[in-house]
Amino acid sequence: MTMVLALVEHEEGRLAETSQQALTLARDLADQEDAPLAAVVFEDDDEQVGFELASYGVTELYRVEHDRLDRYAPDARAATVHQLVDEHDPEAVVAPGSDRGHDVLGRAAARLGVPMAANCVEVTAGDGYEVTRHRWGGSLLEHARIDGSPALLSVAQHEVAAEEAEDGGSLTEHSFTPTLADSDLLVGIDRIEESDEEGVPLEEARVVVGGGRGVGGPEDYDKLEELADLLGGTVGASRAAVNEGWRPHDDQVGLTGAKISPDVYIACGISGAVQHMVGCKGAKNILAINTDPEAAIMENGEYAVVGDLHEVVPAITEAIREG
Amino acid sequence: MEALACIKRVPDTGAKIPLTDDQQSIDTTTLGFTVSPHEECAVEEAVQQVETHGGSTTALTLGPEEASEQLYTAIARGADEGVLLEAGDEEWRPTATARAIADAIEELERKFDLLLFGNESADTENYQVGPRVANELDVPCVTGIKDLEVTDGSAVAKREVTGGSEVYEVPLPAVVAVKEGINSPRYPSMRSRMRAKRQELTRMDPERVDGPTFERIRLEAPETDEGAAEVLGEGPEAAPAVVDVLEDIGVL
Ligand SMILES: Cc1cc2nc3c(=O)[nH]c(=O)nc-3n(C[C@H](O)[C@H](O)[C@H](O)COP(=O)(O)OP(=O)(O)OC[C@H]3O[C@@H](n4cnc5c(N)ncnc54)[C@H](O)[C@@H]3O)c2cc1C
Repeated sequence: MTMVLALVEHEEGRLAETSQQALTLARDLADQEDAPLAAVVFEDDDEQVGFELASYGVTELYRVEHDRLDRYAPDARAATVHQLVDEHDPEAVVAPGSDRGHDVLGRAAARLGVPMAANCVEVTAGDGYEVTRHRWGGSLLEHARIDGSPALLSVAQHEVAAEEAEDGGSLTEHSFTPTLADSDLLVGIDRIEESDEEGVPLEEARVVVGGGRGVGGPEDYDKLEELADLLGGTVGASRAAVNEGWRPHDDQVGLTGAKISPDVYIACGISGAVQHMVGCKGAKNILAINTDPEAAIMENGEYAVVGDLHEVVPAITEAIREG
Repeated sequence: MEALACIKRVPDTGAKIPLTDDQQSIDTTTLGFTVSPHEECAVEEAVQQVETHGGSTTALTLGPEEASEQLYTAIARGADEGVLLEAGDEEWRPTATARAIADAIEELERKFDLLLFGNESADTENYQVGPRVANELDVPCVTGIKDLEVTDGSAVAKREVTGGSEVYEVPLPAVVAVKEGINSPRYPSMRSRMRAKRQELTRMDPERVDGPTFERIRLEAPETDEGAAEVLGEGPEAAPAVVDVLEDIGVL
């Protein structure tokens, strides 16, 4: 039987948002192939998960059960995918483009000796698959053909809108116990450390005030902090500012930093390089404050103030205070 | 300790990514080149671990002849030697790249304890080369690492997740795919750059083994809404207009 097999993840007992997105693309693929959509879950979950998966059109659910799989172990997951592939011969294996999705899918691709297309946004079945995938964080798209049995695909995060199936209904549950070698369990989470960071994480903030090279030094971030506090937001930075040592890397927005999606991103003294913009393209509004009216960020954003951030930012703070 | 850092030469793109007319690659005629920030950190991590534990750092890249520039930079940043797998101008798929790197490691007859990679390259972002090399060499692999501590024979590696980090302990040798933020790479001085250029690189001629098909059709620069931003004003006088906008958006 051919099928499309999806790897899904859970957060606090619910299907993770990025897994909903991956399932939506996987279902579209299954529809194109006229094949059933199957999913594999590793976590010890309650029934709720089955209902949720069914609503996304999953008809076959493989629950992985193994007494040595009590922690996240990526090689064991890859081994499981390998064995499911051997047994069911799916056309494609689809995973969310999350850290774990890539961690597991990359290893599975290596074991299976098949290609993997990371961060796909669109897939068409035909002669193999034609995929559209991200390069450079999505500032460039690659159209490619992937042939592999199966084709391994991850789905770029927050690019495919999650949509439940129109006729989602019931699914059949199977328990699956993989054969695992000691080496499959060598890498696994030994413990979790909680961070003592306070405040709203950048990824979840509704307002982000970002500062780039134009801020000119570490002290002047105080002005940005003040405005961010007033708006209940968080301060971010460009890589140039982080490289200068003005802000910690945790504050970096962009390709190799945080991907933010606030209601408004106030970008101060940031030029708008593509590697920065891919980190803030999820922002509903961008307000740029820059001395250079020609800066690229002026084209990418919704609003702009032309001027020196050292004067404009405090003026905004004061105007809000005066209300 | 013997550390290996694998890096990739990529164009240093700015506000736009220009494409060639045939849409097969980036038009690099006006661009400089660099490596991904993740890989700058891989080199720095190798150098720091060797500073702590003794041994030596090797930087390795698969790429065109010009990629020797990136190896010299790695040497200027503290790597002891550079290995160039001469692959010509064409882009290699991660399967072929990983295979060639694994072959080179075996051919060099060096026992690397720590094999560092960037988590994903800046340009193609395939997320696979590290795990595929680990699979070829049959060594453990951890990815997305932002903190690394090596104690005799094993590594404690941390991966950031919401609210904290996952801690992995793996025996060495191991592949560790790192992310920017694991350290702050040093900037090489002019003198160390000059000195690096005098160093002999090891050049190897890798065999390209392509697995099942993955074929690039074309690249495309996605549409951005080019509409210029609404200018709310100039200088501090724009503040009231900004407040109005913030109210409209609903954050005030
Ligand atoms: C592979 C790769 C990955 C990268 N990843 C990232 C990433 O994750 N995040 C990231 O940010 N960058 C990243 N970069 C770097 C990126 O290309 C840019 O170099 C960087 O974003 C520039 O930062 P900037 O805008 O602060 O500095 P600049 O480009 O120097 O811009 C400074 C801006 O400040 C303005 N300015 C100056 N003074 C003032 C003032 N007083 N008031 C108002 N405006 C002023 C200037 O007009 C200018 O527009 C990456 C690069 C590469 C090659």
